[in-house]
Amino acid sequence: MDVVVLQLFNGISVSSILLLIALGLSVTFGLMKVINMAHGELIMIGAYTAYVVQNLFNSYMPSSLFGWYFVLAIPASFIIAFVFGLVLEMSLIRFLYGRPLDSLLATWGVGLMLQQIARSIFGAPNVGVTSPEWLNGGVTALGGVVFPYKRLFILGLVLVCLIFMYVYIYRSHSGRRMRAVMQNREMAACLGISTRRVDAVTFAIGSGIAGIAGCALTLIGPIGPSIGTYYIVDAFMVVVLGGVGKLVGTVFGAFGIGMSNTLFEYWTTASLGKVLVFLCIVAFLQWKPSGLVAMRSRSLDN
Amino acid sequence: MRNRKAKGSAAVLIALCLALAGCGTNNDKAASTNEPAQTDSTSGGEIKVGILHSLSGTMAISEVSVKDSEMMAIDEINAKGGVLGKKIVPVVEDGASDWPTFAEKARKLISEDKVATVFGGWTSSSRKAMLPVFEELKGLLWYPVQYEGLEQSPNIMYTGATTNQQIVPAVTWLLQNHGKKFFLLGSDYVFPRTANKIIKEQLKVEGGELVGEEYTPLGHTDYATVIAKIKEAKPDVVFNTLNGDSNVAFFKQLKDAGITSKDLTTLSVSVAEEEIRGIGTDVLAGTYAAWNYYQTTDTPANKTFVENYKKKYGEDRVTADPIEAGYDAVYLWAAAAEKAGSTDVEKVKTAAKDLEWDAPEGKVKIDGETQHLYKTVRIGEVQPDGQFKEVWNSGEPVKPDPFLKGYTWAASLSAGK
Repeated sequence: MDVVVLQLFNGISVSSILLLIALGLSVTFGLMKVINMAHGELIMIGAYTAYVVQNLFNSYMPSSLFGWYFVLAIPASFIIAFVFGLVLEMSLIRFLYGRPLDSLLATWGVGLMLQQIARSIFGAPNVGVTSPEWLNGGVTALGGVVFPYKRLFILGLVLVCLIFMYVYIYRSHSGRRMRAVMQNREMAACLGISTRRVDAVTFAIGSGIAGIAGCALTLIGPIGPSIGTYYIVDAFMVVVLGGVGKLVGTVFGAFGIGMSNTLFEYWTTASLGKVLVFLCIVAFLQWKPSGLVAMRSRSLDN
Repeated sequence: MRNRKAKGSAAVLIALCLALAGCGTNNDKAASTNEPAQTDSTSGGEIKVGILHSLSGTMAISEVSVKDSEMMAIDEINAKGGVLGKKIVPVVEDGASDWPTFAEKARKLISEDKVATVFGGWTSSSRKAMLPVFEELKGLLWYPVQYEGLEQSPNIMYTGATTNQQIVPAVTWLLQNHGKKFFLLGSDYVFPRTANKIIKEQLKVEGGELVGEEYTPLGHTDYATVIAKIKEAKPDVVFNTLNGDSNVAFFKQLKDAGITSKDLTTLSVSVAEEEIRGIGTDVLAGTYAAWNYYQTTDTPANKTFVENYKKKYGEDRVTADPIEAGYDAVYLWAAAAEKAGSTDVEKVKTAAKDLEWDAPEGKVKIDGETQHLYKTVRIGEVQPDGQFKEVWNSGEPVKPDPFLKGYTWAASLSAGK
């Protein structure tokens, strides 16, 4: 029984991390149809931002305040990755709209360059990010099952990001403009919307969320120049399985993959579990090629 | 139309270049098998040596520092006048954590750069990929990392531990001091699988019990499920053969799950001072590791070694077992070349037989029969400052036994080889 509870929690936790990573991608890939292979490197930028903020706190702040560095690191990661995304969009991506294969190659190159830059700045070996004291340990539930605070914190963070994205896309003026541009670019432009600016901001927001994901990853895993490459495939799987262009699809996709990954891994082994997840996704996409939640829109017909 | 024509001729040009390049390497190969490549490497007052490690990818965390210590040894030897009166010039190549790249770069170092010898590799996969290249081109590889044994190539010198100098004594020590129930956790490739095969045989004869065995892909970062399985199996000891970045994730998440070193003994064979830096000392304090060398190892040679390393690469840098084994390799090769009066591979190998040297880890000796080193075994406990405290050692250098011929229970393991 304990194991069932624990594995359910583990599944939810893995799913939430996948969701956080795929959330930014679902904006850039799902809404803008840009295959951004540099998404993983934007995650890396967020992770290194957390590392830098930690070091700044270590050198310039009293040690009693050290625990709070993480609170500052989250918005810092968002802002830095946002700015990177903005620069990337304006200097490269904007010339690649509507050319998914070209965008794939170009952004892959950008990703490799960013990895190399990180390697020159921070060195090839991993760097340590000390988790704040208040995130160590966990809640002990009935039967001695421990829910680590870090995982609970990430769960909360994902929820906040999700709500923010929902409000932004579906309830704000700029979100409405964004959807208008995605659905019918010419019509939106005729109505006086600056599609250029909307594109840039949308891409930057997707990048900023990748930054937050990177910041969260410092809590559970290693920080190195190639951190993004471990997660990029999973992130694309989530978006494709969930259905391109829908927020709710991304949520379902992340939970589908996260839960089944944890279950398969428990029943078999980590390597075999991954294979089984892939097989399931292939089978599923045969049955429903457009993913779990298909977008009902004419814009996808063209 | 014109454009297409241009493209067509470009393609032809590229094809031609490729064909020519192909011929070039073929010629090189022929030349190097007919006459030893070493004639070139010693010309002009310089001796070229190859350094081939992963400077990028998942193994970079471990291998970059080994490259650094090898470079330091070369600089030190050059400062003292070099080898055979000639300066050693390193040719550094990046294996990129990718096994085919290792083989490719090894071939390039031997046939194009005509290096006298190569120092390199970390994972067994990279060594297994390079082995046929060195045997075919009659090169010499110095391999500086502990590995799973059951191998012996005339073209490889092994300066890291083999299983009877690390894993086998560690298992015995754990059984005597920390309990009988073992959980084996490793990365999914050659070294952990072979090491665990040996451990399972040993557990059978020495009264241990296997309660679980798990492998995760290299680079795996989510250990929640594995930790749940460990909790369920209730082992006394987790024998950890994870490699590279995965260790960071595993130990971080183990701590988050509320399992401390007091509840569960973990012994790692691929976590040294260098990895502790990346994982965080708070997470690792109280866990054990088995190696032949620690930064805290108390010998005069080690004091100078650590001082020089920190002076060269920074106060915050640490030394570790493979870093030291890489350093040893360069010195041993230089000593053998001096003794042989030549950098010719066959002559160096003959001269290397029974060669002794005062390494930072203490006295080491090349075993002429297996081309492995006699090494002292040490088990250490991670302290809160990220350094090891030695809790047990073998007292004297242990004779290498890569095929475990000295252990009756291992008969079935080496029989297949």
